[in-house]
Amino acid sequence: MAEPAANISVLDGRLSRLERPTGGWSDAARADALSRLRATGLPDRRDEYWKYTRPDTLTQADPVPAALFDNDEGPIFGDMARIQIVFVDGVFDADASDDLVGEGLIIERLAETQADIHWARDLYGKLEASGQSPVARPLAALNTAFAPDGVLIHVTGKVSKPVSLQYHHRSETSDAMLHHVIRLDEGAELTVLENGPAAARFNKVMEVDVADGAVFHHVRAQGRDHERRAATHIFARLGTESTFKSFTLTANGVMTRNECVIELTGNDAIAHVAGACVGDGDFHHDDTVFITHDAVGCESRQVFKKVLRNGATGVFQGKILVKKDAQKTDGYQISQSLLLDDDSQFLAKPELEIYADDVACSHGSTSGAIDEDALFYLRSRGVPEASATDLLTLAFLAEAVDEIENETLREEINERLAAWLERHRG
Amino acid sequence: MLSIKNLHVKLEEEDKQILKGVDLQINAGEVHAIMGPNGSGKSTLSYVLSGKDGYEVTQGEAALEGADLLEMEPEERAAAGLFLAFQYPVEIPGVGNMTFLRTAVNAQRKARGEAEMSASDFLKAVRARAKELKIDAEMLKRPVNVGFSGGEKKRNEIMQMAMLEPKMCILDETDSGLDVDAMKLVAEGVNALRSEGRGFLVITHYQRLLDHIKPDVVHIMADGRIVKTGGPELALEVENNGYGDILAEVA
Ligand SMILES: Nc1ncnc2c1ncn2[C@@H]1O[C@H](COP(=O)(O)OP(=O)(O)O)[C@@H](O)[C@H]1O
Ligand SMILES: [Mg+2]
Repeated sequence: MAEPAANISVLDGRLSRLERPTGGWSDAARADALSRLRATGLPDRRDEYWKYTRPDTLTQADPVPAALFDNDEGPIFGDMARIQIVFVDGVFDADASDDLVGEGLIIERLAETQADIHWARDLYGKLEASGQSPVARPLAALNTAFAPDGVLIHVTGKVSKPVSLQYHHRSETSDAMLHHVIRLDEGAELTVLENGPAAARFNKVMEVDVADGAVFHHVRAQGRDHERRAATHIFARLGTESTFKSFTLTANGVMTRNECVIELTGNDAIAHVAGACVGDGDFHHDDTVFITHDAVGCESRQVFKKVLRNGATGVFQGKILVKKDAQKTDGYQISQSLLLDDDSQFLAKPELEIYADDVACSHGSTSGAIDEDALFYLRSRGVPEASATDLLTLAFLAEAVDEIENETLREEINERLAAWLERHRG
Repeated sequence: MLSIKNLHVKLEEEDKQILKGVDLQINAGEVHAIMGPNGSGKSTLSYVLSGKDGYEVTQGEAALEGADLLEMEPEERAAAGLFLAFQYPVEIPGVGNMTFLRTAVNAQRKARGEAEMSASDFLKAVRARAKELKIDAEMLKRPVNVGFSGGEKKRNEIMQMAMLEPKMCILDETDSGLDVDAMKLVAEGVNALRSEGRGFLVITHYQRLLDHIKPDVVHIMADGRIVKTGGPELALEVENNGYGDILAEVA
């Protein structure tokens, strides 16, 4: 199928601002990604996969400038022992970062590994390429081809200290791109934390290879900047009896598209993806998830909750694909929105595609207002309307937040949500 | 304590008059019972007093210790000392019973300008109340009323009442759906709270609850009005003969 001319010129415009890093082990993957990108072009409004989210501001040559936001809250996850890695507008900040060392893992920067041989060569752009079918994800291919930096983490043991990636936004016109590759060896364990708005426009890819019996936890908070835009992708491959759990908190942000593509390739693997987002006004948030069951006895859960007010928009596109031999699959998907007024909207496209016969898959999607009976019950016990509404809203979000296993992290996320609700009352 | 005069209430959305002139005066220390056929407006009266949306007061007044109830938000009525044990307690998934109770207790204290209850005092008080009402620790941990049996929900209402220590307690068919043992527990819970400073309005269909919670005054409600008022013997009359005779007599 020939690409429409307009689409090609958007791609040319975008490419005109980028320089492809050359030399070293990632060269072939970058060249491959670029040729894949040229074949698909960048998404436009006619693209079925972008039906509910306008890609324009994510694909145009220059980012829409984003005002800096004075975040008066302390940094999230700030009290935890962790290995901090800081990027400012996508540029590594050595002074603010810890030494990239830790027991049970090796951390390197993408920009600094130039040799021809590197373990990441087998993964960089590989999981991303595999995730391009059956649906193209051109912004991820763009990232593979052009990302100037990112972290490469090779986990060999059970790592107790989380790796904390912090993304600061200090320039109104920054256009950042990072590409992380994480490999967990058999039985290894790692928690990765991410936080911060990152840039005026942020394109991020994280490829995670979870070997047999390995456990990967991911908790992210996308900052509080109102005007920032982000297109992020997670590509994960799960081996036998491995675990992958990812949670994202999104509060504010004029444009967010978070894609998560997971392939369960080993038997009895577990993948949970969850998100809680809260938006007030000029807010568009899109969770797009694609989980492929390609092994026996795997479990997947998608739990997405959105609280929307004053014209905010939430989108959920979630798919569970169960291949022919993926018997005993346990798939669960729920996406729900709580609309705090009549101006906000939630657009959901839940999909199940099942080729195996012995599976248990369920999905549900709802959109609703605060339960008036519950609100009255609380008020009749003396709880003021505003706090009763907050309490019910947090209760609505709880199913997603409860997906976070670590209690400290879970409570911190709950506190942030409670504070947000208090700031954004009727 | 509670003073209701000529209260007329219609549905907000429809042209349907439900209360057609209710007069009721409950003094501190008294227990009043309201009996009446289904649909006579008993629950509506309790909802209007506690401030539920959807009803419009077209005439009349209702005051708690002289303060105009109808002007207040539901939470203000609660803080002023009004409590309604719901006929159908509401399930609130995601809100833990303890969190809920503690939020309510402290919100009322705050509204009255009192100090918050400390976490340990609160725990002690809840445990004691729960024990009296045979509410186990597991129930306290669960979300509000979620997965509770009918009887558990009603006992939970009484526990909330005991924790909140209201001045004016309205119980809307708290006995319905309870077996004899559960009803005794509920009645004991209520009797434990009876005091000179507190008023009770007990809405019920059955004499049997009134065997345990002895009322001072019994009212019969029909078609949005209190049609007859008497002593405890009135409840016995209803038990033996149904409402037919009384309604025929006042018609
Ligand atoms: N929210 C409502 N919407 C429609 N009808 C109502 C509503 N509330 C009460 N009613 C009607 O008002 C009448 C009285 O109801 P209710 O107060 O529940 O009676 P009781 O508690 O005495 O059985 C009934 O006819 C009932 O159907
Ligand atoms: Mg009733």
